[in-house]
Amino acid sequence: MAAGAPMGAGTSSHIYEGNAPRLMAPSWIFIGFFLLAPVIMMAVYSFLTKEFRGGVIWEFSLAAYDQFFFDRGLFGDEPPSIEWTYIGIFWRSIWQAGLATFVCLLIGFPTAWFIATRDPQSRSIWLFLVTIPYWVNLLIRTVSMKFLIRDTGPLNEFLLQVGVIGEPLGLINTNFAVQLGLFYSYLPFMVLPIYAAVERYDFALSEAAADLYSGAWTTLRLIILPVVKPGIIAGCILVFVPSLGAFLAPDLLGGAKTFMIGSLIEEQFKGNAGNWPFGAAASMILLTIVLCILLVYARNQNKTEIR
Amino acid sequence: MASQDIAVSVDQVVKHYGNFTALHGVSLDIRESEFFTLLGPSGCGKTTLLRAIAGFESVSEGHILLKGEDLTGLPPHQRPVNTVFQQYALFPHMTVLENVMFGLLRKGWSKVEAVRRGQDVLDLVQLAEFAKRKPTQLSGGQQQRVALARALAPRPEVLLLDEPLSALDLKLRQSVRSELKALQRETGIAFIFVTHDQEEALTMSDRIAVMSNGRVQQIGSPKEIYEAPVNRFVADFVGETNLLDVEIASIDGGTASVVLPGGTPFTCPAATVLDPGRGHLSARPERIRITAPGDAHLDAVVTGHTYLGTDIQLQVRLSDGEVMSVRLQNSETTSVPEVGQTIGLQLEEGAARLLAD
Repeated sequence: MAAGAPMGAGTSSHIYEGNAPRLMAPSWIFIGFFLLAPVIMMAVYSFLTKEFRGGVIWEFSLAAYDQFFFDRGLFGDEPPSIEWTYIGIFWRSIWQAGLATFVCLLIGFPTAWFIATRDPQSRSIWLFLVTIPYWVNLLIRTVSMKFLIRDTGPLNEFLLQVGVIGEPLGLINTNFAVQLGLFYSYLPFMVLPIYAAVERYDFALSEAAADLYSGAWTTLRLIILPVVKPGIIAGCILVFVPSLGAFLAPDLLGGAKTFMIGSLIEEQFKGNAGNWPFGAAASMILLTIVLCILLVYARNQNKTEIR
Repeated sequence: MASQDIAVSVDQVVKHYGNFTALHGVSLDIRESEFFTLLGPSGCGKTTLLRAIAGFESVSEGHILLKGEDLTGLPPHQRPVNTVFQQYALFPHMTVLENVMFGLLRKGWSKVEAVRRGQDVLDLVQLAEFAKRKPTQLSGGQQQRVALARALAPRPEVLLLDEPLSALDLKLRQSVRSELKALQRETGIAFIFVTHDQEEALTMSDRIAVMSNGRVQQIGSPKEIYEAPVNRFVADFVGETNLLDVEIASIDGGTASVVLPGGTPFTCPAATVLDPGRGHLSARPERIRITAPGDAHLDAVVTGHTYLGTDIQLQVRLSDGEVMSVRLQNSETTSVPEVGQTIGLQLEEGAARLLAD
């Protein structure tokens, strides 16, 4: 505590008031170094000129954004038309991430509900089981998934042996495989916040609803879902955002057909062949999209608070 | 009594939880337009019984009838009874009015009618101007009234109240008691009220069922319960009493002759037919008069005073070491004996009762 802070005068928070900036300093330094600085660097790089062997030339240029949105022909001398390639990749990524989020919600909500309604001791065991896959590196897990579902992998071999299928399912390099990878990677991010919300849920509310002539589904729709909504939204954001930028699952499980934003950005910075400003620009566009989605959410949240 | 006058009939209801039996064949009838209280200590089965009537608990054996219709096996949302929950269980994401309308809309009322009825009921509990607030913006007493309004709105056949006053502070609790009683008279709905607070039970109820260990000990009006308890448990739980170990000389019908500690013979009403031998005599502290020692029923030494405001409580010790308490009204004319003084205690005839264990 700083010298001269009056003791016993007013509330205890009063003592800290004058020191707030100093006490906040560590957090600001942390946020500055690890959040603001990288974002600013990325923003600056997206407006620079590319160096052919990777890196940048310190010269202002809109070339990266131009390349993203406009097609000027092979030699860059034709009149600009909309470039659909990257917008298409973005659209497909958003769609993939949205679907992965939806699937995670569909499986994650009942899972979280199940765990939260166990007795307190077994709850921690179930939560522990949910987080176990996280002890293994994401790359390893994704590669393992590839081995499991490839044509000569155990899944197909088992199904062939049992006679359910006549030939391998051809799961690898499909949207399904990418979905499976994303689902497997991010499911706990859906389960944990929903679990936290359901655990706080007062089950007397369900009884009150039943007492007031509401059947089970009506209670779920009108009482449970609205009350645990913050947990559901937190889970959706935690799954959607990393799914949108994911590159391991699409790369390893999806192949060329399911190229996603994450892979596009990753390629720009890999080896000497990349285009740093273009990668930075794509990242900035991705960041903007995510930010817009979060703002729309925050806006709605405020509205419901006021109403 | 004709069966159409009975709102709820609980018939030989048994409830097991694993090896534990919460209700041992409970039977009771709750009349139309009656304020009926289930009174007992925690774990006596009163809440289990209420929840069984609401449908939140299944019964292991027996039946619960509502106006002659068997409710057994019906889920809660198909029973025309509503509950006021202990912690109110108001829906936090809905306004007060939406909370009150919830049951009406589920029953298929049109929105317009539900709004009208909702506002009427909020008027009834004097919360009309809070209709647009969220429950968290209300005080505890207001939340309690919203819970009441929400449960009354669908015009239930019976209203179930699960210790609804326990979350309120003392002063508020006392004023809510009379409001609740007035509301019950006004609506004419049978209320089944669960509480462990004997004062609440005595002040509000038309009839009380005292429960203990999953059994009904006694059913009766507050006066009957207080003045003519059937056994030690009821006498001890409802109000305060002195239980004297006495020798039973003879019992004839409802009257017993006993020998008090100290050898004085005494005649008193007896609760049930008892065998001669030893028994317990219940004497309320306020039904004992202080006289000169010697020719009174009992002689005792004063061991302490407790000042209670309206009353002064004396702790006294009998010659055999048994401890009793006596209440004196706190007034100018009351002379309070000193600590250490020997006094005589005169039991009011008819007010002391011989009880079954």
